[in-house]
Amino acid sequence: MTHNPSPWWLRWLPADSRASVQRRALVVWGVAAVIALVQHGLKPAEHELLPSFVYSYAISTSIWFLSDPMRIVLRRWLQVQAPYYWRFSPATMAYLVLAILLGYALGTAVGDAYTARSTWALLMLSPERFWGFLVWSLAVSGAFLFYFYHREKAHALEQLATETRLKLLESQLEPHMLFNTLANLRALIATDPPRAIDMLDRLNAYLRATLAASRADAQAHTLAREFERLDDYLALMAVRMGPRLRYRLNLPPELAAHPLPPLLLQPLVENAIRHGLEPAVAGGEIEVEAAQEGGALRLTVRDSGVGHDGPPQAGFGLTQVRERLQTAYGNAAQLDWRSAAGHGSQATLTLPLQTPATPRP
Amino acid sequence: MNATALIAEDEPLLAAALQAELARAWPGLRVLATAGDGDTALSQALALQPDLLFLDIRMPGLSGLEVAEELADAWPSGQPLPVLVFATAYDQYAVKAFEAQALDYLLKPVQAERLAVTVQRAQAALARRRQGLDDPTLQRLRALLAAAPEPAPAHERLRVIQASVGQTLRLVPVDEVLVLQAADKYVRVLTAQDELLVRTPLKELLARLDPEAFWPIHRGTVLRATAIERVERTEAGRLVARLRQRPEPWPVSRLHEARFRAM
Repeated sequence: MTHNPSPWWLRWLPADSRASVQRRALVVWGVAAVIALVQHGLKPAEHELLPSFVYSYAISTSIWFLSDPMRIVLRRWLQVQAPYYWRFSPATMAYLVLAILLGYALGTAVGDAYTARSTWALLMLSPERFWGFLVWSLAVSGAFLFYFYHREKAHALEQLATETRLKLLESQLEPHMLFNTLANLRALIATDPPRAIDMLDRLNAYLRATLAASRADAQAHTLAREFERLDDYLALMAVRMGPRLRYRLNLPPELAAHPLPPLLLQPLVENAIRHGLEPAVAGGEIEVEAAQEGGALRLTVRDSGVGHDGPPQAGFGLTQVRERLQTAYGNAAQLDWRSAAGHGSQATLTLPLQTPATPRP
Repeated sequence: MNATALIAEDEPLLAAALQAELARAWPGLRVLATAGDGDTALSQALALQPDLLFLDIRMPGLSGLEVAEELADAWPSGQPLPVLVFATAYDQYAVKAFEAQALDYLLKPVQAERLAVTVQRAQAALARRRQGLDDPTLQRLRALLAAAPEPAPAHERLRVIQASVGQTLRLVPVDEVLVLQAADKYVRVLTAQDELLVRTPLKELLARLDPEAFWPIHRGTVLRATAIERVERTEAGRLVARLRQRPEPWPVSRLHEARFRAM
């Protein structure tokens, strides 16, 4: 998350909206100056410089104020939420049309007060010019709202993707795991070089997979590759934990080519180690299994560790897995986590089956 | 007589590697045993009484710090505590705390040159002991464990403790709480008449309580200071706190004795 310093004049808005509201205000004010200058430049006689500026700023500021910060103030009523405070609903659309009209009227009144003229009188004198003016203002406002909406949405999505990648990288390159693994490797180099080489190869594959998965253009990934990476990780952990860790990976060959977001299961296996087996004095067993059930793919990570009563604690990484499921499958995927103190934990992922599985011979 | 050591490290290869490095750096040192978890480390240390104790911070069962605290409490009085050397792969907070209290620590992977420094320090500490000089280990440990993380600012303090009892949520004002005691996976919350179990770890609760109002007196026991009526010394020389509104005795660990001094 980037933390922009909060603009003081927007302190009355929710903290997560201030930076973007300020950004939009600055764009609106910049464009207001351009509009005033263009008007003046095209017809200097009709639009004197200073009044043009006053009208342009009063109208654009009013419309901006009503349609942007006030939309956020009315977020409950409009049922809009962070981070965009935006939603294509009849209520939002009606509110925005109203905001533009009201903002236009308000800004015009301010301009009229300054110039001591009446734009409304123009309606009588030259209705064409009046309507032209109004339609033009509305079109500019509408275009702005549309542009801002798309820009903010793209911006937020990009930020979310970056955060997800960063979180993945952070959890995979956990310093405890890395330094303890290196310490074991150092010990093996002196005592058992062939095993040290095997461990180094696995660490190599693990790091490569982690970096690849954290890149924006992650390659196509399959269950077979996912299980290979889990095998690398668990083999590294088995060197560290010795007889305290036993594990089994069970992938039926017909599911080997099934696609999967890279390292989706990794945080679940890490949970099983960190919160299940590591605190258990006697250690235990981890079992990872893929199975086809009807039209669904079921992935299970089971451990016989210490378990945990009640809801999962923060730091179990389940939120992160759920976010990734949501991005990849929408509502078609589920994560179920159950655990009981003294009886281990089980995480079950249910995903839509994506390739027609080849029938067994 | 040769010095003796105990190694507490849950990863077998690392325990063996440390033992091998120690054999090179300090040939006269006799490693009595290695323990793979905190509980074993504590019982072995009490049984074998080594001069030197290597403690991994992250272990199954008791953590390295918890072993040190329990050990200080259960150690026979009049005898100096073992020289403590903590080991960690990456606990930045702990490392800072050790440095602040001049307690020795090793970063994993352990390197020979760094281990040589540890060996020198330990030998010097043991030599001081043989001359009957004061041993600072207990004071340092006390200071280390007292250096709790920053207490929460007043406005983030807990006012009410919530505990689910069956299908009901019970609320207890913090002002009525007399004792908080860590028990297995729960924390017992005692008021004058009542007892509740909450799942929030004691450390998290403590961070949100007024450190002036609640005093830790033992690993996992915190008393409301104003509820303590008196502190007595038992025949075994240990301190025990008594509360005005509850009958149970509350043993004070050696590390927390300094809290109770006549004014």
